[in-house]
Amino acid sequence: MYTPHTERDIAEMLAAVGVSSLDELLKVPDAVALKAQLDIVPALAESDIARRFTHMAQKNTAVSMPSFLGAGAYRHYAPPAIASLVMRGEFLTAYTPYQAEVSQGYLQAIYEWQTYICLLTGMEIANASVYDGATALAEGVIMALNANGRKRVLVSRAIHPNYRAVLKTYCDGLDVEIDELALRADGTTDFATLREALASKAYAAVAVQSPNVFGCVDVLPADALATIRESETVPIAVVAEAMSLGALATPASWGAQIVVGEAQSFGNPLAYGGPYVGFIAATPEHMRRIPGRLAGKTVDTHGKTAYVLTLQAREQHIRRERATSNICTNQAHCALVATVYLALLGKTGLRDVAAHNLARSRELATAVSSAGCKLQFDAPFFNEIVLNVGRPANDVLAALQARGILGGVDLGRWYPEFAHCILMCATELTTTSEINALASALKEVAHVPAGV
Amino acid sequence: MSPLASDSGVALIFDEGQEGRANRYVDAGASLDAFLPKALLRDDLPLPDNSELDVVRHFTRLSQRTFGIDLGFYPLGSCTMKYNPRINDAMANLPGFRDLHPYAPDELSQGALQVMYELERSLASLFGMAAFSLNPSAGAHAELAALLIAKKYFKDRGETHRDKVIVPDTAHGTNPASAAMCGFKVISIPSDARGRVSVDEIKKVLGPDTAVCMMTNPNTLGLFEDHVHEITAAVHAAGGLMYYDGANANALMGNARPGDMGFDLMHLNTHKTFTIPHGGGGAGHGPVGVAAHLIDYLPTPVVVAKQRSNGDASTAPSDRLTFTLDFDRPKSIGPMRSFWSNFAHAVRALAYIYANGAEGLKKVSALAVLNANYIRVNVRDVLTTPYDEICRHEFVASAQELKKETGVRALDIAKALLDRGFMAPTMYFPLIVPECLMIEPTETESKETLDVFIAALREIVATAKTDPQSILDAPKNTVVGRVDETRAARHPDLRWHPGKP
Amino acid sequence: MAQPQDLLYSKEHEWVKLDGDVATVGITDYAQDSLGDIVYVELPKVGAAIRQFGTIGVVESVKAVSDLFTPISGSVIEINAGLEADPALVNREPFAGGWLFKVKASDTSETAKLLNADAYAELTAG
Repeated sequence: MYTPHTERDIAEMLAAVGVSSLDELLKVPDAVALKAQLDIVPALAESDIARRFTHMAQKNTAVSMPSFLGAGAYRHYAPPAIASLVMRGEFLTAYTPYQAEVSQGYLQAIYEWQTYICLLTGMEIANASVYDGATALAEGVIMALNANGRKRVLVSRAIHPNYRAVLKTYCDGLDVEIDELALRADGTTDFATLREALASKAYAAVAVQSPNVFGCVDVLPADALATIRESETVPIAVVAEAMSLGALATPASWGAQIVVGEAQSFGNPLAYGGPYVGFIAATPEHMRRIPGRLAGKTVDTHGKTAYVLTLQAREQHIRRERATSNICTNQAHCALVATVYLALLGKTGLRDVAAHNLARSRELATAVSSAGCKLQFDAPFFNEIVLNVGRPANDVLAALQARGILGGVDLGRWYPEFAHCILMCATELTTTSEINALASALKEVAHVPAGV
Repeated sequence: MSPLASDSGVALIFDEGQEGRANRYVDAGASLDAFLPKALLRDDLPLPDNSELDVVRHFTRLSQRTFGIDLGFYPLGSCTMKYNPRINDAMANLPGFRDLHPYAPDELSQGALQVMYELERSLASLFGMAAFSLNPSAGAHAELAALLIAKKYFKDRGETHRDKVIVPDTAHGTNPASAAMCGFKVISIPSDARGRVSVDEIKKVLGPDTAVCMMTNPNTLGLFEDHVHEITAAVHAAGGLMYYDGANANALMGNARPGDMGFDLMHLNTHKTFTIPHGGGGAGHGPVGVAAHLIDYLPTPVVVAKQRSNGDASTAPSDRLTFTLDFDRPKSIGPMRSFWSNFAHAVRALAYIYANGAEGLKKVSALAVLNANYIRVNVRDVLTTPYDEICRHEFVASAQELKKETGVRALDIAKALLDRGFMAPTMYFPLIVPECLMIEPTETESKETLDVFIAALREIVATAKTDPQSILDAPKNTVVGRVDETRAARHPDLRWHPGKP
Repeated sequence: MAQPQDLLYSKEHEWVKLDGDVATVGITDYAQDSLGDIVYVELPKVGAAIRQFGTIGVVESVKAVSDLFTPISGSVIEINAGLEADPALVNREPFAGGWLFKVKASDTSETAKLLNADAYAELTAG
């Protein structure tokens, strides 16, 4: 129970407070006092807790199967040095570093995280993190709404459907309309309608994701960027697989003003979806619109270098209903994990990991193509591919599962026109034998698409 | 702190390292242009290469310059900085949980779904709500979810004219900020002389435009809102919904329930009440709870349980259920985040509930209240306690008198506490108490720790009267002195730049 | 605190100096002192049409933020460009170098709704 009080302590303390019992201390009006019997498990000893949770964890048999699941959550190698550092109690059990003088270490780590995100995205500023990739997109869009006062946003249909769904949840609250850019046959965003759409200057932002949900590199072409700039719309880039930043051109290089994304890949475990770590980076003109915490470098009274949370007047505890966001708690510890990961991997390691993702996913593409299936898209990709299996993807995935393989994500759950398509991911952890096993299983369970 | 930490500082990771000093976590990869056209590749990747040892030393030194619960008492009001049991982390890191992909099929993720289901059912019982969603990522996120639920509920009822949210002046800043994110207009209500929200003040602003009234109970002064049932009745009579801010839930487990008080919506900061480590400001975990009439609006997905006909002989009843994630909920406000929940934290919270049971949780709240009152009665003769009555898990003291007498402010007391090995209390909040110190000891601290803290606080006040300058100069025992926040805000330096010293 | 006699004041602690139909606007010494170290001033854009007593910007200090109201209607013709690099000007010289913006007043009779130095001094006395 983690309460150190002896009976004697309790008696002495009650006497000091001047009440006769804990019940007297806790007295509330009868109208609201608890009368119901609570339906909660009886207390267990720690060894029994361990047994019970081990039993539940073992029911998650998916973890022991070869897996090609990706779609916004990625399996990458995490060096054990990360856990041994971030699980230090000073980091783990600290609160938000409001008292700078006793939080210099964490503040410096946040400053380093902000720098890493800037270096990776090519942006000038980055915040201390937000909840995850999807909420980063929603918050990035709010920044754009505040920048130009418009009430519509235009987003690519190739942005992760979960991200778009979360954006819709937020936009429903803000009474903001969302419109979508269609897909091209190669798996990238179709900008053909962009000029017409932006002509009335009604859109606050245009958002694209690269690599997009299909794994395709999907950047703003120069003419689309020019159109966006002409209409004073904010170009937003979404990066759902941060590992791609180790290889691909920075969003800054192709014109993004706000970059939002998910950094789970940098050392954070899959953990059935969370906690992960969202990031927001931007060009300097958006500095005072960026939500959440920012660590800044300054000096102390003796002129010594010191770090502190800064520009706090943007935040909810000061600005209340006019804050840039309601965010308070963020994902500091997950950002710390990512910072340690990036420090360990460095330039050389990150490039190597990115290269392995590119290599393994191409090996996967070749193997499954030779199994008689067709790649749905031909745009360049990072570590995910879309495979058309010629029959309902769900059935094929079930058949693969029966053969002990998690083949990927059924795209039909989001895109009715791709109900025969599976989104498959390969990372540096995917082995050749897993790829071969998948390919031979596919030969048995997939149909060759008609007309191929 | 360690002697190592009192050096001239720790160099940035970017100032260390040499290109090529790489660790071999993976084999060398092929050249990137073997896979993609050069135009799609980045020109440069300006990250430092460091040896693993250098990285380990770097972050170990940073840790030594950071104060956490593991180092000492952390009486931060409204933040519930209690001990974080290590078993919780161990359970969250079991491979079956840690390595589970969110798109793993439901039938191969039954253990994870069971954790979510058991936690959800436990919270519903403990707080008297019909159901919770574990989707939101933190307290403020859950608040936003709750207000989105209210907005959608009123829209479905054709009551879009309900656009006012009532918020007491003692409320957390997230309350009005969340309301604004849903397009609601905020009405601030003054507290009465007892530090409570008065029923009359609420009634003055209630009307056909009332959407939601947000309350924290106990409030941020640490006082139980003893007219809460009258307030919920009045708001309901006006057609509005009542929202319970669960930041202070550590005060009332097993003693009173928001559901019984009449709240329709609530959130919990499970990272406060249920011992999830704060990790320097997150990740959090913010379940949102609703009364029966709002269940359909909960964010997606929701864990649904079905009785299995051939249940096995395991002990727990939930072992005889099968679980699925339900995304098909037409009235839902939609998802709040990329995936289902901050799941690892759900594991931690459930492990904590297992360790306590219903009786244990009741005792947790009782001793949290006892600890707060014990400090209160032992400092009220040296600091002003503006609401000097039995408090709940926290109380507020004011340094206003001391400031008039000596020039020493709440901020200075806070910094002097840092010098004496304690984290500072929350300061200058709630806004209605001048020179406010908000102290929340939590139940995991022993009487001895509280006694040492009380002695330190008393000594600081005494020193302020004889030698105020020594308090104004605090902190002196920390790795840096008071930090120049004005300079930080006037000339923001938010990142390192390559090539700059 | 000293209030220049030749200025007019609003209850929201702005001052106005009228020169023909051009009004120069700033915040008072009392306001800058209550806010503390000012770190950022958000001003209306040149050309913006503003209405008397409407919110037109904010003044931020390290731990507070305060709305900026315009004491007079009109269109903004100039903003104090020096504040971006040196917001502390508002603290150092609230009535001089720390002015915020200039308005071409649309109706100078609005000044009747403002306070003179003595009335403002009385307002901030307590």
